[in-house]
Amino acid sequence: MRQIDLRNPKEIMTLSRLGSFHQSKLSFLRSFIREFKDWKFQRDLFELDKDGYGVAVYSVQKDSRSYSLVCFASELDSEERSDRVIATKWDAAFVLHDGIPTKEDIQRLKQNVPKQEVGRLSYKELTLSRANKSVRVFEHTVEALASGNQPDENVLKDVGYLYRTTAVYGSGKFGLADRYRIKERTEICGPFRLEMMLVYLVRQFTFDQVNHIAKLRNPSKAVELDNNIARSLGIGNSTGLGMAPFIINHPTLLHNWIYSREEALRQIRSIKKVDVEDFNKFKNCFLRSKINIQSWKTESEYQTDKIKKLCKDLIIFENQFLSELNFKEDYFWDDLYKWTEEKLSDEGIEYIVSMLMEPYDNIINPLVENMSSEEDLYFDIPGERLISDLINIIKDNYSNILSIDFSSEKEITNFWFISKNKEEPRLANRHEEEGSELEQPLAIARDISHLFKKLSESPAIQTVAEFLMQNNELRHAVRRCFIIEKFPYSEIQDNTIGSKLVPIDMLRLKLSFFGAQKFDPRSSRWLRINMYQGAPLIEELKNTNDTWIYNQL
Amino acid sequence: MRSSSEIETISKRATKAAGFPWGIAEEVGKNIKNLELLSIAGIENLNLYLHLAKGRILYGPKKILNQNKLDGKSFCPFYTGSALLDSANKVLEIKKLTFHLVDFPILLIPFINRLSYKIGKKINLRIDNYNFVLNLNQFVSSNKDISKVIIENAKLVEIEVIENEDSFETSTWNKLYELSSETFVEENERLKAIGAGAGLVDND
Repeated sequence: MRQIDLRNPKEIMTLSRLGSFHQSKLSFLRSFIREFKDWKFQRDLFELDKDGYGVAVYSVQKDSRSYSLVCFASELDSEERSDRVIATKWDAAFVLHDGIPTKEDIQRLKQNVPKQEVGRLSYKELTLSRANKSVRVFEHTVEALASGNQPDENVLKDVGYLYRTTAVYGSGKFGLADRYRIKERTEICGPFRLEMMLVYLVRQFTFDQVNHIAKLRNPSKAVELDNNIARSLGIGNSTGLGMAPFIINHPTLLHNWIYSREEALRQIRSIKKVDVEDFNKFKNCFLRSKINIQSWKTESEYQTDKIKKLCKDLIIFENQFLSELNFKEDYFWDDLYKWTEEKLSDEGIEYIVSMLMEPYDNIINPLVENMSSEEDLYFDIPGERLISDLINIIKDNYSNILSIDFSSEKEITNFWFISKNKEEPRLANRHEEEGSELEQPLAIARDISHLFKKLSESPAIQTVAEFLMQNNELRHAVRRCFIIEKFPYSEIQDNTIGSKLVPIDMLRLKLSFFGAQKFDPRSSRWLRINMYQGAPLIEELKNTNDTWIYNQL
Repeated sequence: MRSSSEIETISKRATKAAGFPWGIAEEVGKNIKNLELLSIAGIENLNLYLHLAKGRILYGPKKILNQNKLDGKSFCPFYTGSALLDSANKVLEIKKLTFHLVDFPILLIPFINRLSYKIGKKINLRIDNYNFVLNLNQFVSSNKDISKVIIENAKLVEIEVIENEDSFETSTWNKLYELSSETFVEENERLKAIGAGAGLVDND
């Protein structure tokens, strides 16, 4: 029997590798659809005027449980439309309510949801979001439908959505329900499941809104948006640095995400005999998916280069491997994986890893259930351990980091801070900007390096408790060492403040787990993505299969 | 109403802003969330203490002893609480500890409550005239209503580990056991013969 190990965290947890991750069967929007496909989705209220402004409510129900999306659409001057988090008005604002909202709830939400960060929500609300129209696509679609035609698919293809969200909040923000209130519910055991629900329902609202406006604009001639076109539209999302610190601030959660991916790969590579059906599923998904890559449009040189590398990799894979393979040989998947490691770039390797998961519901589904984390359980520092233990943990888990010279200016160029005007994480040059004394604890590599130096000067038999009584400024770094000892994929094995940092690598890691497609960086610090493009419409959910993400767009 | 998540985040940031290291601020964020969940005035005590502490030199223990005293200075509840939590084994060994002069000792409660969970034993905490029993980070009971209490400085804080023992009489337990045994069913000889271990000799 061939022994297949998990991949080495020191190789997988580098930013360049994490920034090459792609959506997979583990991704949250796909696991949301698998979990909720048997639930009843319906539109409960739709009070919009001729311009599409007003209130709408959609509910999702099963047995005695229900969730409702409450939507508020309002007029927005073009000068006020901004995707930046500093905006204060949006085309539409949304909240996911726990249960069915009463009239009083809707009135209360109407006063608060459109205000977003400056409004107040209650424990009865679960997630909050806002979105702006892609004005060009939205107007084109309404106009075409009103005149009895379908929109030009070429216009839609370039953008891929009618609306893009600019933030989705959950877990206690602005008074929303804390996660502990709802974490026992089995249908939301996966991370970000309620955020995924909100975005999926927002997508339906955008279709209903264009149909409604078109109908009122020209009642006698208007037609409804064709289902095939609607299906090819997702919801856009503009995402910036606000998302990046999340993966540093939640180490055990990050571990659980990456570990699930790594364990899935290990189990798949350990399969001795590959079934013909499973092989065909892999091949089918691969061939369908690669067509969609052609629709990934971006003006970013960085991303264009990555897409080119990926396309080149996939051609090599198809021509040199897929055409000459014999999947009947023992441990075929393992041989395939080893081949990719030898021949392909990080983009290509991680793409194939995602594809390998496609045939294996039996491996993936149990892993999805363990992708959340009870972080408080791993918070306390075991003060009775010795300095020598801590030194060994650092040597075993952070050896890449220890080789970085943090006395060099270029290795400490940046610092992370929280902006005063929007309370959002930002990045600035330490040597040019003020405020580095208020740096957030996100320079883990540098702090581990400092800790290691300090530990090396301390008696090996001293306890960690005794060390911390003299060195509390290193407490956060000590805590992380004991977390990585248990959770080897919990830490980015790179410098997050160096001059070469590309923050969108951090964003892409997180977004790949969300299930985002079409990464379109607009700078090194923010990007646009698309979610649910190709996803089944509400009325199709019951009969959908899990490979909808590879539907040709 | 502020969510627990908001309470934790704001407490953590405010603690950092008052001059504490991030690692301590992380502890305080969790602790204040826990105090507020227990309906103890965590936010009120924290706000007053951080404004007092900002810009000042603060002191924690350099060693955990049974008598802990600084020369006329007060212990910081955060440095003291963290040191106690980290030194759980030492606390178990000493069993009864005293701290003379502690600022805002209410802020020490969640550290000791977590310590109780860590060592798996209840802890008696005495802050001047207030007595608390901390039960494995589950709940806090006290001899007085402490929901609105703010104590700026305690002359004496005593921490005593309580050995795990029953809080009831053996005779009471026996009576209860007798009642519970009424749910049992008498087993006949045939059933005894086919039960676990039946038919074997001891040296099989």
